Amino acid sequence: MRKIWWKILCIVIIFYVIVMGFMGPVPHLPILNETIRNTYFHVALWLAMTTLLFAAMIFSVKYLRAGRINDDDIASELTKSAIFFGILGCVTGSAWANFTWGDPWPNDPKLNSAAVCLLIYFAYLLLRSSFEDDQRRARISAVYNIFAFAVFIPIIYILPRLTDSLHPGSGGNATFGSFDFDSNIRRVFYPAIIGYILLGMWLAELRIRIKVIKRFREEEFIESGLK
Amino acid sequence: MLLYVVSTVFVCYLSFNLRRNQLTPIVWNTLFWIIILFTAVNAIAKSFSQERYGRLLYYYNLCSPQAIIVSKIIYNSLVMLVLAVIGFGFYAFVMGNPVADVGLYFICILLAAIGFASVLTLVAGIASKAENNATLMAVLSFPIILPMLLMTIRLAKNAMDGLDRSISTDEIITLLAIDAIVITLSFLLFPFLWRS
Repeated sequence: MRKIWWKILCIVIIFYVIVMGFMGPVPHLPILNETIRNTYFHVALWLAMTTLLFAAMIFSVKYLRAGRINDDDIASELTKSAIFFGILGCVTGSAWANFTWGDPWPNDPKLNSAAVCLLIYFAYLLLRSSFEDDQRRARISAVYNIFAFAVFIPIIYILPRLTDSLHPGSGGNATFGSFDFDSNIRRVFYPAIIGYILLGMWLAELRIRIKVIKRFREEEFIESGLK
Repeated sequence: MLLYVVSTVFVCYLSFNLRRNQLTPIVWNTLFWIIILFTAVNAIAKSFSQERYGRLLYYYNLCSPQAIIVSKIIYNSLVMLVLAVIGFGFYAFVMGNPVADVGLYFICILLAAIGFASVLTLVAGIASKAENNATLMAVLSFPIILPMLLMTIRLAKNAMDGLDRSISTDEIITLLAIDAIVITLSFLLFPFLWRS
């Protein structure tokens, strides 16, 4: 992953999304009006977050199968960047809710379950910080990470759809895809998801490299102490 | 643990003593499930940490991790079931019993006991590996158990209002599905936990 092309791609896409997101043509809908531009940020951020968490879960599984500490580094840093996106998703979502539903935090099942999910992943960070030994921390937080992802999917994507929610796609509301996702939005929305995923990978990659350097230096330090 | 449930119920009873009429069915229901939740966390948190290191080592040599987790889940479910049923009896005795469909309420208690026990057993296993495990237990388990708790409260509300049982099948199926997911995951993941 040391190659440079995907970082350039990431920057290009993010700038494209920002420029097109604010300037591009959008359909005019009642209530939503211009706030539909938030689709490029809010919805795309949540989808990117889910993808990153899924990737993190894959790496946790890989760690449990093979026991390489690098897989755990990748899993934990991907989770951290996913949490960062989750917080951003909450902020953009509440800005959006303020203009369309008239309240920054309406009592909506999907919002509450999003908050619960963030709590689950904050607990993951707390769990990681409570171990001294590297391998032990890696194994136990990998177990928790898989468990958390398996709980995360029903909480975010299944349970809110069973009840009445203000979000599209639940409680009898139509999904976005069915009526107003015209090609103008698609042209920005899909690149936006890819751009955010790349950005998250970039953030994670930098932190993984710092971790690897730290571990290397620690080992060197221990070895020099032994001599 | 039994004393814990009974005294908690009694404290709630005394606290609501002054304004008995404000105890609406919703408050009654929610209060009951919160008592059960805290009882569950306290009862199950001990299931790994109270055992000595030597005995764990003995178990480790004796049988497979799958056998351990399944037996722990069954044992904890039974404990939870007994605690919840006795808790419910005593709660209904002192606080009055507005439940219309007691049979459904017991189904609800059964599902909740199995669900709480299986989630909390795995989390207790995780937390027992860390140092400050009482705090960690609460922090790790509450968000995970929340969807289950909400479904349970909704189902219990249906049972209280004596709605037709066909309305509640959705909730029952969802609860069963969550239980199944959690038990499968514990079964798959516990061997990795057990090794350390």
